Amino acid sequence: MTIAAAVGPARRRARIAYLLLLPGIAWLAIFFIIPLISLFFTSLQVSTGSSGKYKAGFNWRNYVEALSEYWEFFLRALIYAGFATVLALVIAYPLAYFIALKAGRWRALMLVLVVAPFFASFLLRTYAWKTILADDAVITQTLNALHLLPDGRILNTSIAVIAGLTYNFLPFMILPLYAALDKIDPRLIEAGSDLYASPFTTFRKVTWPLSMPGVVAGTLLTFIPAAGDYINAELLGSTKDKMIGNAIQTNFIEFRDYPMASALSFILMASILIIVTVYIRRAGTEELV
Amino acid sequence: MSEPRRATPVEDLNLVKLSKIYGGLAAVDDLTLTIPGGSFFALLGPSGCGKTTTLRMVAGLENPTSGQMFVGAQEITDLKAYKRPVNTVFQSYALFPHLDIFENVAFGLRRRGVKDVTGPVERMLDLVELTSMARRKPGQLSGGQQQRVAVARALINEPDVLLLDEPLGALDLKLRRQMQIELKRIQVEVGTTFVHVTHDQEEAMTMADTIAVMNQGRIEQLGAPTQIYENPATAFVANFLGQCNLVPGQITGGDGDNAVLSANGFNFSVPRSRIHAAGSSAILGVRPEKITMYWADEPLPAGHNRLEGTVTDVSFTGVSTQYLVKVPWGQELVVFEQNLSLEELSRRGEHVQIGWAPGHTFALDGAEDITAGMGSHVVGA
Repeated sequence: MTIAAAVGPARRRARIAYLLLLPGIAWLAIFFIIPLISLFFTSLQVSTGSSGKYKAGFNWRNYVEALSEYWEFFLRALIYAGFATVLALVIAYPLAYFIALKAGRWRALMLVLVVAPFFASFLLRTYAWKTILADDAVITQTLNALHLLPDGRILNTSIAVIAGLTYNFLPFMILPLYAALDKIDPRLIEAGSDLYASPFTTFRKVTWPLSMPGVVAGTLLTFIPAAGDYINAELLGSTKDKMIGNAIQTNFIEFRDYPMASALSFILMASILIIVTVYIRRAGTEELV
Repeated sequence: MSEPRRATPVEDLNLVKLSKIYGGLAAVDDLTLTIPGGSFFALLGPSGCGKTTTLRMVAGLENPTSGQMFVGAQEITDLKAYKRPVNTVFQSYALFPHLDIFENVAFGLRRRGVKDVTGPVERMLDLVELTSMARRKPGQLSGGQQQRVAVARALINEPDVLLLDEPLGALDLKLRRQMQIELKRIQVEVGTTFVHVTHDQEEAMTMADTIAVMNQGRIEQLGAPTQIYENPATAFVANFLGQCNLVPGQITGGDGDNAVLSANGFNFSVPRSRIHAAGSSAILGVRPEKITMYWADEPLPAGHNRLEGTVTDVSFTGVSTQYLVKVPWGQELVVFEQNLSLEELSRRGEHVQIGWAPGHTFALDGAEDITAGMGSHVVGA
């Protein structure tokens, strides 16, 4: 057999691998990369004077205006998303821990319950929270009776927006945490207690570091969509609680200021990218693999 | 340089009437046991015999249903696992994957607030010959190396008792032999009590000073490896530790030190010290390697137990040859012969005599089930 003949099948196999990648690459090129490039050029377009009409150009002032006009919206988006992420982590961790390590035969049912809200639409669920947090609803009435609400209401405050964000993205926190905790060998926890670590120390030194990949994945899956979300602020917040998602939406749909909306989108993308990079560097999850 | 023997004397481990009941079934049944300080003690038995449950109760990972446990004078029954003077080498090692070897070994010392861990950790890594691996992660080590890290991580705390839960189960045969010798060396060097749980009878006999054979939550027999192998007290022990020929019969009399046991019309002498039968009903026992084969016309040494028979099967295993010899009442006895003879091996169908010294004979109680412990071998698992 010649060398060429021996190489043949290997090369063919490599070609098949590329062919299999093709649909994915084509999809991403058509629906992600090309729109992204188009969005970038839109963000630099120049106004023609008439509403909704723009011409090609390199108007970098769009970015300066976006930042100076909407910096508060950016800040609010990052803060609300940050609060929602931390809250979701605090709520999801014990729940995921319980499902992974203690639930026994109830585990499958509990996982179904975690995913169950997805069967109703995002919009609908957020509308439901409008009712739950309404001024005459039980929660608000009870908290008011206890004098725990400074504004006397929950709906149309930042609390409502953060609560909605936390609720809507909670499953994205629970599932990666569950996957990470489920992978931990229970013998490692036993080894911790065998080696003089109290349950709390075992958690701090063994369980928590081993669940870090889940914590990182969960916080990213919560923070990134929450920072860009506008439905929660739209339905549950007041005009003073609007996030950057609302600004982008208004500019695109109402003002038809496409360059401004595109610039806002690009700034949001860039800031999330920077935050995520710094965060992953800090968390140092690559060491765990 | 190696870790010097511990300065404080090693305490005995005492288990008193210890029971563990799962859903109405006793995994460990009223177990009373003293494990002398500084000994290498093996808990041997088939899976499900309660040996691992016993170990986990001593470690504090499982609560006993009733009974007490003591290390020296200190009762540890209700002590939390992390407060016991006991450390465990887990079956799958359970090394912390996110910590390097140094930090794995230092874990116990750090939890107890030891300020300078470098010296002890280095001495320990030296003892298990892993100094060069200190900064590697467990995942980068071979099975044998991980095993040694697990031993070092437990031993560095100078426990009164080191518990080993099937520690060699995950290793291949050759490495297992090597680690058996290694563990024994470490035990002699540090002088701590080792309690070793295993289902591998050969491993238990190679390493332990004392073996407790467990079956159905109880201890069948306890003693030195030679003692329980040569003079088993129950059919379970006789069958679980190696192979054994067992023949039901009656004790019919005797003179001086030897009793006469008659079975199927033949008489055999058994030393009285090796009779474990309560009444006259008894089971004759002799191990295959104690039996010698003779040609049909060959004279036997005086006083030896003797039978005639026909060879029904011959299997050559290298070191020895295993024969099956059909004796007059139809039973096939197993005979191991060392391959010393320059002559040809006996052939199937050949008429032979077999004989063995009375001192190699033992007698079990007639009520015993002669098949007990036979199916329980898990060879090389």
